[in-house]
Amino acid sequence: MTDVIDTLVGIAPGSKLDAIRANRSEARKHAQTSYSSLFEPADLAGVTADERHAIAAFVAGLHGEPRTDSFYAAKLPAGLRTAVAAEVAAAKSKGPYGRFPKGPLSVEDAPGPSWKTSPAGRKTLGARLPAAFEHTHMLVFHPRDAAAPALQSLLDAGWSTTDIVTISQLVSFLAYQIRVVAGLNTLASTL
Amino acid sequence: MTEKTLTPPPHTEPVVFTRDMLDWLPWIEPMAESDMTERHLASLVDASRVKSPYFRLLARDPDVLEARTRTDKDIFYNPEAGLPRAERELAAAATSRLNGCIYCASVHARFAATYSKRVDDVQRLLDEGVGTRLDERWDAIVAASVALTALPIAFGPTHIDRLRKVGLDDAAIADLIGAASFFNWANRLMLSLGEPATQG
Repeated sequence: MTDVIDTLVGIAPGSKLDAIRANRSEARKHAQTSYSSLFEPADLAGVTADERHAIAAFVAGLHGEPRTDSFYAAKLPAGLRTAVAAEVAAAKSKGPYGRFPKGPLSVEDAPGPSWKTSPAGRKTLGARLPAAFEHTHMLVFHPRDAAAPALQSLLDAGWSTTDIVTISQLVSFLAYQIRVVAGLNTLASTL
Repeated sequence: MTEKTLTPPPHTEPVVFTRDMLDWLPWIEPMAESDMTERHLASLVDASRVKSPYFRLLARDPDVLEARTRTDKDIFYNPEAGLPRAERELAAAATSRLNGCIYCASVHARFAATYSKRVDDVQRLLDEGVGTRLDERWDAIVAASVALTALPIAFGPTHIDRLRKVGLDDAAIADLIGAASFFNWANRLMLSLGEPATQG
């Protein structure tokens, strides 16, 4: 099976980075298993393949790491790809921001907006994805603003508790995968 | 019928970063132990985690939980070469401090303090944040973790130069990338699916 991180970084068999990744062979293998469990599971359960890829393309677009961005965008049907790209353009921000619990840390508060899917996006993305995208934006840019009502919004949009676990893992895994790709690409450029 | 989020029981919310042991209270329903199949139980990897509401919640998607856990364990526990354990934990604590995950920071600050024996430096990172000065090697590790965590991602060749100057080889730098990146995964789950509570 092709290793997505190796592919996106361009790690050739026998290269220096190939040897370095081989020292952490379990992490390499299970990062890939995480990918396949999220995007090619035996049972898609409550989250469709297009929904998984649309959320992934939104996350990758928000991060702006070019290789992962193209990789996930390419998995979408053209109409959905255009709709996701429009939301990415409107949603892109800087992070991490957000508030801390009230108290001594409040001096470090960096308040910022909760992003909302555009009216056009609400029409094209269907009933459930707009809420998932709004949650995703918070997870990507201001995760410390998370609170129970954000999860209620997902439940109200028709996602189940198990779907929320899957979506949360998908977004959070990508926060990892994209940084590994960016970091190893930088390391490769110095070898 | 639409499901409802949980209301956590009365508790005290931690309002500072701490090395104390904390509890974690879920906002959506973990699996009941009695409903868990062999597959769910195996996904915990460590059987004792069946007592943890966090892991019983993530067990709702067992394949992803198991892969996440095995990735985590190799990044942090594999003793072979690379970055010393204390400094993998330092990268995890710094990432958690920046993202604002008080629960994650507590766990990995404890590990960083235990493995490095530099309790005061670890506590200063928690108290003052990622802009504090520790020593050149730790500052380079914290700065690289911060640059990988920031959006847009700011990690570049200057961070790698600085890490090499303080003695990190390529394998150690790859470990740092793995540890800081992994906590961008872990922080988001911990922060968004429930909340920390002080113990006792």
